[in-house]
Amino acid sequence: MLSPEGREQIKYKARKFIFGSKDTEGVGKLAAVYLLLISIGFVYLYPVLYMISKSFMNLNDLLDTSINWIPSQMYLENYKQAFQSMDYWKTFRDSVVIAGIPTLINVVICAIVGYGFARYDFKGKKLCIGLLLFSFILPPQATMMPTYVFYTDIGLINSIKAFIVPAILGQGLKSQIFILIFFNFFRQIPKVLIEAAKIDGAGHFKIFRRIALPSAAPAILVVFLFSIVWYWNESYLTQLYVVGAFTSNAGGYHWSSLIVSLKNFENSYNTARSVAGSGMVDINESIEMAGTMLSILPLLIMYLVLQKQFVESVDRTGITGE
Amino acid sequence: MKNGRKTKPGQLERRENAIGYLFILPWLIGILVLVLWPMVQSFGYSLNKIRLLPQGMAKLYVGFENYSQIFLKDPDFIMGLESYLLETLIAVPVIVAFSLIIAMLLNQKISCRGIFRMIFFLPIIIASGPVMQQLADQEAASIPMMNVTMIEQLLDEYLPHVLAVSITSVFSNMITLLWYSGVQILIFLAALQKIDTSLYEAAKMDGGSKWECFWKITLPTVKPMILLNVVYTVIFMSNNEQNALIVLIYDTMLSATGGYGYASAMAWLYSVIESAIVIFFAVLIMGRKDVYERRARKYQRELKREKRLEKKIRKRGERNERNYAKQKAKQQRKGANKKSA
Repeated sequence: MLSPEGREQIKYKARKFIFGSKDTEGVGKLAAVYLLLISIGFVYLYPVLYMISKSFMNLNDLLDTSINWIPSQMYLENYKQAFQSMDYWKTFRDSVVIAGIPTLINVVICAIVGYGFARYDFKGKKLCIGLLLFSFILPPQATMMPTYVFYTDIGLINSIKAFIVPAILGQGLKSQIFILIFFNFFRQIPKVLIEAAKIDGAGHFKIFRRIALPSAAPAILVVFLFSIVWYWNESYLTQLYVVGAFTSNAGGYHWSSLIVSLKNFENSYNTARSVAGSGMVDINESIEMAGTMLSILPLLIMYLVLQKQFVESVDRTGITGE
Repeated sequence: MKNGRKTKPGQLERRENAIGYLFILPWLIGILVLVLWPMVQSFGYSLNKIRLLPQGMAKLYVGFENYSQIFLKDPDFIMGLESYLLETLIAVPVIVAFSLIIAMLLNQKISCRGIFRMIFFLPIIIASGPVMQQLADQEAASIPMMNVTMIEQLLDEYLPHVLAVSITSVFSNMITLLWYSGVQILIFLAALQKIDTSLYEAAKMDGGSKWECFWKITLPTVKPMILLNVVYTVIFMSNNEQNALIVLIYDTMLSATGGYGYASAMAWLYSVIESAIVIFFAVLIMGRKDVYERRARKYQRELKREKRLEKKIRKRGERNERNYAKQKAKQQRKGANKKSA
């Protein structure tokens, strides 16, 4: 038989074991944290897992109610047909160009503008920064129609120029965020460094190129990664300006992008099917999922490779202040 | 000095700062040509009925008729606007709160942190309009185990119907909402890691619980980030392709009945409302004082009150002294008079 004190002791120890004390984490609490993380993580992954599992199912598996998750065999025909109907290689190449070139321009221009804001104290700087924030909040729809007319007038529509020109003028996709990132980053460069370079006879642009830019490598990486992801995923403006689904493009190169072709997947699949004839089956969920999978696959691979850079990116840019 | 102009003080510095214009020149041109001018033009469009002819645009000035038509004859837009407002007002706090919780969970010392982070940031990469559309079509965007109809019935009993429906829509689109919070988690996590751990240690020494630490250390520190995230979320949700209003504006622009003018009016209205939401949240967050600000304010008020009291006492003292001196002088005079008499 235990004495009352002994029982108290055991109770106390048990409580300490489960809930933890001020110094150590209790097992119970830790288990709760893991449970929470795993369940939320599952919710996050659920659509992706669903997509992968569905994309490998053949028609029989789809109809069979006893098959929920694991297909009876690795059925690759879905991918083959989605691949064919999307004209994958050409679309992929176009997508890379559409996302890549504006991104490169974005990085350069946003760095220059951000440096201008951070380093110099010119008149009306506050007003300019206010305008920058304003243009961030403004929905693109407010300027969409006149811009569309303007681009049509100067012949930018239906080509990648419609993305390049705004990027050169610092008004690319979410450029405002990138300018702010560079602005924040360049502000942290010690003034002494720049003054030392000035005494050594470096001009304004040389200081920018030789001192500011090399130290901004983390910011450049972040801007590059996010810009390429956002350009890649932009379907609305891409369709309106670059792909041009509405005005027929007489001659010239016809652009397309993976995300836009996913948007119009059903239509384009049916057209491809009517051309190909008996080779392709009717569209079903599996094929749609395979198409979705194919369109995000390049980004997924990039993410798996550069995962660490993404996760630690915001840390390094100093958005959160020091 | 005879030759050579004089340089006034501060002129060199000003001349150097003017180089700044050169650096921001591309952006300056961009904002004038691609943002401000189209905005003005768009407003001009919205006052016209515009028809596209082979020769170009045919404008017909109609004043504010487009706007009144939206309110009086366009149930699509008004209904879309209603659901957009409700959805945004409910979803934004949910997303921001969720991302703060997840960021705090991820900020702990746990194993497999890298894997968890990788999972939670995945949506940043793949959550684009068409992909979400495909997933929603397959009903893969809601949690299968969750019984939404039951929640709806429960809520319907206690709340007005409109509110109940929109709260239910939050539950049924849970995955979509979670997927939209990738960037927010990233920002919160970065902010949380910047908090000095010695603050928590000091609080622990003083006997503060975790709960208190959250309210008195974590929350005040990440407050600016909350504002940033709220603004980002509102903008993201409003300019997202899943948004019915955006699609409506887009369709109207290219339809025969609507046209550029009508669509411009819609877009303008939409922008004003979106800005109003952003301002609403900003005021709500910045207006809310945390513990320290409240305490500092209280202290300042007390300080002021004390000072006032001090001044009062001093003045009274001075007055008393003066009166006393006067009285004394009177008495002396009286005494002198007596003596002389």
